[in-house]
Amino acid sequence: MKTTIANLKVGEKGVIEDIALENIPLTLLEMGCLPGIDVELLQIAPLNDPYYIRVNGSYLAIRKETAQQITISKL
Amino acid sequence: MGIKKSIKVALVGNPNTGKTSLFNQLTGLNQKVGNYPGITVEKKTGVLKLNEQITAEIVDLPGTYSINPTTLDEDIVLKTLVNENHEDFPDVIVVVADVENIKRNLLIFSQIKDLNIPTILVLNMSDQMRKKGITIDIEALKTELKTEIILISARKGLGIDKVKKAILNYKDLSVSSLANIKDKIDTAFFKELKESFPGNPLYKSWLLITQAENLQFISGKERKLVNSFRKDIEKINRYQHKETILRYKTINEILKKTYKLDRTQGTDLRSKLDKILTHKIWGYVIFALILFVIFQSVFDWASVPMDFIDESFASLSSWTKTVMPPGMFTDLLSEGIIPGIGGIVIFIPQIAILFLFVAILEETGYMSRVVFLMDKIMRRYGMSGKSVVPLISGTACAIPAIMAARNISGWKERLITILVTPFTTCSARLPVYAIIIALIIPQQRVLGIFSLQGLTLLSLYTLGFVSALVAGYVLHKVLKVKSRSLFVIEMPDYKLPSIKNTAITVLEKTKAFVFGAGKIILAISIILWFLASNGSSDFNNAEEIVKKETKNSDLSREEFNQQLATYKLENSYIGMMGKAIEPVIKPLGYDWKIGIALVSSFAAREVFVGTLATIYSVGDDDENNTTIKQRMAAEINPKTGGKLFNFPVGMSLLVFYAFAMQCMSTLAIVKKETNSWKWPLFQLISMGILAYIAAFATYSYLS
Repeated sequence: MKTTIANLKVGEKGVIEDIALENIPLTLLEMGCLPGIDVELLQIAPLNDPYYIRVNGSYLAIRKETAQQITISKL
Repeated sequence: MGIKKSIKVALVGNPNTGKTSLFNQLTGLNQKVGNYPGITVEKKTGVLKLNEQITAEIVDLPGTYSINPTTLDEDIVLKTLVNENHEDFPDVIVVVADVENIKRNLLIFSQIKDLNIPTILVLNMSDQMRKKGITIDIEALKTELKTEIILISARKGLGIDKVKKAILNYKDLSVSSLANIKDKIDTAFFKELKESFPGNPLYKSWLLITQAENLQFISGKERKLVNSFRKDIEKINRYQHKETILRYKTINEILKKTYKLDRTQGTDLRSKLDKILTHKIWGYVIFALILFVIFQSVFDWASVPMDFIDESFASLSSWTKTVMPPGMFTDLLSEGIIPGIGGIVIFIPQIAILFLFVAILEETGYMSRVVFLMDKIMRRYGMSGKSVVPLISGTACAIPAIMAARNISGWKERLITILVTPFTTCSARLPVYAIIIALIIPQQRVLGIFSLQGLTLLSLYTLGFVSALVAGYVLHKVLKVKSRSLFVIEMPDYKLPSIKNTAITVLEKTKAFVFGAGKIILAISIILWFLASNGSSDFNNAEEIVKKETKNSDLSREEFNQQLATYKLENSYIGMMGKAIEPVIKPLGYDWKIGIALVSSFAAREVFVGTLATIYSVGDDDENNTTIKQRMAAEINPKTGGKLFNFPVGMSLLVFYAFAMQCMSTLAIVKKETNSWKWPLFQLISMGILAYIAAFATYSYLS
């Protein structure tokens, strides 16, 4: 199984390997969430969704369904 | 003397970069807030005098991460910048970026630059550079980005003069492109595109293709040409994603040479505050406390100015009556226009206070944390975490609340938010609730501390919120609207709110209410006045008829006047309307007088109280001795001989007002925001049916 942002634990980091481009908002790419970039999971909201991440110097909250579209390798 | 000249300037940038602070610094209070035609997105423009001959007309475009829009606000940026015929099409663009997030901020800069319009890059929060460990080689960056770069601190007012100077000299700026999308994505495709739209910058043609659905100005031959490029939408989407990746590649290469960040510190405050504010228990506790403080203040602080406004307009009305010669015009002024304006002004304190809080919460960065906390919960009800702001704002007035929903990016979530917001208890319902509760709920305490009347009011507020959520849930299940989740929010740094920005936001929102709802409330007040002061032939001959009828009874002058006024009201157009709907509202326990009040409530719900006051006060010269409440309490139901406003009728009215969509201004704003009559009509009818059934059930059960 692929590891995605949704598999990270709070405080863990990873490098984005692949993004299912057709399933994520373009906005996310535009914020700098791109392959090769480090991503850190800062927090998960109560009820396990959304995910609060740091990527490319931006602090973003994305929904779990989006987080599952971003494949990473853990650091 | 030279000819006066005006330069059009557009401010563009990511949200939270201080773009609006710069706008405020440049224009001061010399600004104007209007709406873009057809939609309710606020349009902020201001004038800056550059020298004796030249002024700059500055438009503060909505904050956006990209020229590719995801919300209505962001749509404006695209529409303004790709259409030379747009009234705000700029001579020069000022891109505001924040030094700390320069990489992300440069994305929109690179897009703008490719439109080949003169562009100035302003780096804000430059005073924070040393603290954050940032060093930038400005001269090298200028060369790489082919533009003028100015370091400023909008909050401290540093560097503003340099921005003014650069605007003045905009003709010296380079207009060459930055990213080369042509060669790196699909050479053949972009070559064909370039040749198909000669004279256009290539990137502009590309935007025409990718954003064709958002750009209505494309027409005829051009539209056909655009569509011929859009045959393979999958490919277009893929190229758009590739384009973004390419842009970042370019930006990264440039920044590698010019930008250094020594990240040893910086995120301390953020992580500490986040730990508490988004904690699974404390997060909600703190949010609930904040809400409590907000509501407490809205009602406590606002009551003093509201009472003052109420009294002032009442005395202005009667003063007008005494000083002006009696007649049609005086009546129109004292009974139509003045109370009409009063009905608008009275809401200003509550709306201003509520938006003061909302603005502070947004400025500090806390609101994004609320969105984060609430998103999952709200999704169950078909909404988004961003729906929290409209729902809270709805307790003041549904109009600015529905306007606040435009930040929600998914169409379905936005639509549901718009549809259910009118269920929240707005301040116009409050006077209605207050007077009915005072009539039917005894002044006693429960468990020794809680006032029964207060608890009733609290349960009506709860009813409002719960109905909004339930309605959202139902709509979520029923509505078949195709819409993809586009939920991405930025979690900004925490910061102290700027007084100037907060004040300007509050002023704008209040203005939006006054001029948005105000016009309709005033117009309807005047119509209602007309309907109440004109009527059938019986109305016109009222004096003779009443004289004839009362010939044999020995009436004092006062009693006669009262009879006359009652007779006039019954035979006025509005009385006829009340009587006409009486059979329909009878099952709810209402008579035709309440019917009149219901009809008038369409101006704004609080008119209910005013109308009843009119109905029960007409001809009553002894106004000081009896309040509306006392007069209503004394009203007898002619059939039963008991009180008209008894417990079942009162409860039925409360329930009716909780559910019914009785506000024309809200309907108008929903029409504007959803761009169709379908949704406001849906609201009017479904909420009306719900209110009727609920009120009927309440009345039948209780009586």
